[in-house]
Amino acid sequence: MLNACADRYRFAVGLGACLARGQVSLLPSTHTPEVIRQLRAFAPDVVCLTDEAACPIALPQVGYPATAAQAVGAVPQVDPEQLVAYVFTSGSTGAPVPHRKSWGRLNACVREESLRLGLPGGCAIVATVPPQHMYGFESSVLLALANGHALCAERPFYPADIAAALTRVPRPRVLVSTPVHLRALVAAGIQLPHTDLIVSSTAPLAQQLAVEIEQRFATRLVEIYGSTETGEIAARRPTQEAHWQLWPGVTLSQRGEETWAQGGHIEEPTRMSDVLELAGAGRFLLHGRVADLVNIAGKRSSLAYLNHQLNSIPGVLDGAFFHCDEARTSQTGVARVAACVVAPDLDAARVLAALRDRVDPVFLPRPLLFVARLPRNATGKLPHEALRALAASHSGPATVA
Amino acid sequence: MSDKVSPLRRPAPDGGSALTAEVAGLIVEALNLDVKPADIDPEQPLYGEGLGLDSIDVLEIALVVSKRYGVQLRADSEENVRIFGSLRKLVDYITAHRTK
Repeated sequence: MLNACADRYRFAVGLGACLARGQVSLLPSTHTPEVIRQLRAFAPDVVCLTDEAACPIALPQVGYPATAAQAVGAVPQVDPEQLVAYVFTSGSTGAPVPHRKSWGRLNACVREESLRLGLPGGCAIVATVPPQHMYGFESSVLLALANGHALCAERPFYPADIAAALTRVPRPRVLVSTPVHLRALVAAGIQLPHTDLIVSSTAPLAQQLAVEIEQRFATRLVEIYGSTETGEIAARRPTQEAHWQLWPGVTLSQRGEETWAQGGHIEEPTRMSDVLELAGAGRFLLHGRVADLVNIAGKRSSLAYLNHQLNSIPGVLDGAFFHCDEARTSQTGVARVAACVVAPDLDAARVLAALRDRVDPVFLPRPLLFVARLPRNATGKLPHEALRALAASHSGPATVA
Repeated sequence: MSDKVSPLRRPAPDGGSALTAEVAGLIVEALNLDVKPADIDPEQPLYGEGLGLDSIDVLEIALVVSKRYGVQLRADSEENVRIFGSLRKLVDYITAHRTK
C-alpha cells in the first residue's frame, strides 16, 4: 500500500488498517512518475491510498472513505517482527533501495525518543513535515502512537499557519519541524503560543538560530539526528552541547573514512552519509555531509544518482550535477544544486521536463548550464573546482529550474 | 454612425504594473533566479511547470512578501493555490491585503 494521505490522521488510520491486515506500507519520499514506475516494479500489487480528490498517482487507487471510522473493541496486538513499511533511498544506479521497518524496532526507537525529548504524557504534536518522510513518520505519527501523545492532522506550512495550528491545541505542545521552517518562523517575526518543545531534524541547525529560537519562543529546542536507513539514532540540545548522544544500544564505528551505525533498533549495519567524529561514550560530532551526497530541505539524494538520471535523458550526451557556491544559499538556508549539460538538440525546457519526471523538484538544477563539453580531466573525472569555474564564467543561456 | 473607433476610455494605466515589476524583482532576488524580472510572464504559473518554483521557493517568497508588504500568507485560507497561480494573482492578493 502506497499511503499517500496528506492528512496525518488519515495517514495514521491507513497505517493502522495495513498493520491489522498484514499489509506493508510503502513510503517513498517523493511521488514522481519515475518513482511510481519503479514502485510498481518493486511491488506489482501496490495500490495507492489517497485522500486527494484528483490524485495524480498512476496506480490503482483506494480513496480514503468519507464515512466515519468505527471504534475497535480492543487494541490489536501487533507482532514485533511484523514488517510495517518499506522506506526508500535513491541508489546510485537509478533504482530506489528499499529499507525494511518492523514494528518492534520502530516502537523501541520512538519510545526512546519520547524519553530523550523529556515529554510528559499527553502532548499535542504539530508537525510541518509529511508523515511519509522517515523523520515525520517517527516524530509525529509513531511518537504519538507509541507514547500516548496526540497528533495533529494538518501539516502547517507558512509561519502564520504554524502559529495557528499550535494555538488550536492545548499544552503541552510540541512543534516537530525543520531548519527551513524554523528559519522562516524567526524571519517572519511571528509570535507563537507557549510551546513546550521544538524539535528539529533533516539538516543541522545553525547554533545562532538555535539560540534565537529558544529565546524568542521561550522554549527548549532539541535536534534529532538520523537517516532513512537507521531512523533516529541521536539527539542533542544545541544551545547546551555540541556533541550528539546516541540512543542506547546504537553504536558507531569507523571503517576507514566511513562511519557505520548498528545495534539497538537499527535493522542492518548502515554506512552514514555524514562525516562524524566519534567522541566515546556514545557521543559524536557532526561535520557535514559526505561530498557526493545532496540534502535539500530534508530530501536526500546523491550526485551519482542525479547524474545517472540526467544522463539517461535521450539527447543528453554528457552532464553533471554539482554543489552550488555557498553564496547562493537563500534566506531559508537552502542550498540548491547546479548542473552542466551537453545536449545540442535539446533546450532547457525539455531537459527540465525530463528531469521533473525522474527526480524530486527540489533537485532540479539551478542553474542548468548548456555547454559544448564538460571540463573533464585526463582521467575523465570532473574536478569540482573546474565545474564551479565553468559555472562562474558561463554567460550563455543559463536557466532556472 | 461613425466608423471611427469609439472614444472609449482606455483602461486606466494598470495600477498594478509597478507593483508587478517590484514583486517580480523581489522573487528573482530572493530566489537567485537567472531570469530578468521583466521576463516573468505575469500570467504564467509560478509553481510546477511554469516558472518551476517549488514549496521551498514559495516559503521564501512568503517571507519576502510578509516583510515588505505586511501580508502573512496562510495555506488554510484556501486561497493558497490561487495566490501562486501566477505572478498577477500574487500581486492582486498583495494589493488586497497589504498593510504597508
